[in-house]
Amino acid sequence: MGSGIVVHSDQSASMAQLQEALAQVKTRLDLVEEALQPRCQHVTIVAFSGDMDRLYAALAIATGAAAMGMKVSVFFTFWGLNAIRKRRVLKGKGLCQALISLLLPSGPHHLPTSRFNMLGIGPRFFGYLMRKGRLSNVPGLIETARQAGVRLVACQNTVELMGIRPDELIEGIEFGGVATYLMDAARSKVSLFI
Amino acid sequence: MADRHIDCKGLRCPMPIVKVGQAMNELTPGQTLSVEADDPVFGPDLAAWVEITGNELVEYHDGPPQRALLRKRVK
Repeated sequence: MGSGIVVHSDQSASMAQLQEALAQVKTRLDLVEEALQPRCQHVTIVAFSGDMDRLYAALAIATGAAAMGMKVSVFFTFWGLNAIRKRRVLKGKGLCQALISLLLPSGPHHLPTSRFNMLGIGPRFFGYLMRKGRLSNVPGLIETARQAGVRLVACQNTVELMGIRPDELIEGIEFGGVATYLMDAARSKVSLFI
Repeated sequence: MADRHIDCKGLRCPMPIVKVGQAMNELTPGQTLSVEADDPVFGPDLAAWVEITGNELVEYHDGPPQRALLRKRVK
């Protein structure tokens, strides 16, 4: 891609040269057409919320899009980081960060719901209904997303702000910033902030 | 007979489509995949999946369980 096609305008341009130039145009047109196919589109999701129901929706879209062959990135920031935490570490943290750790849910199995949370009764109730309805759950969808090649990116700034250590996060997570998000979002027709 | 069969009965959105996507990745172009599912939205979801991925829906029988035969696109 990007190689210039040069056709000299003088009459010395031979038939062979023209044919070669035409072949190059065809190749590049094929590439453009392929890139415009829906299956080649990107999907970028910001998982900002730490609510189980919102994260479920975000990850269901992410895994579904990956199944359609689309390139998918999910950026976890602020409360959304709870979806990719595997454990809680207090050792070696300052008072403020230890306090944040204690106040945050201990991981993706213990997320609150955005409505009907009722001091934790809601999530248990919905968890029961989801198992009964044979729905997946947030940790299951994260695993499916990872296997499907979804790019999982943790926002470096908020990881530090919340005092989360990299070893508290699940494996296979990349770290990125705003530019990392924008690079993927700029290529995405589907871009969600959840 | 399809080259591969997957059973998605009992799975709910988005898992049937995820399984179809995974199974299709392992096939070579032109090979076929048969699917059985009982998710109520499997029909419309599969239609969208076929439209986006460019694979071919050879047969579809509504259910439950729904039965579909897919062929992997050649190009």
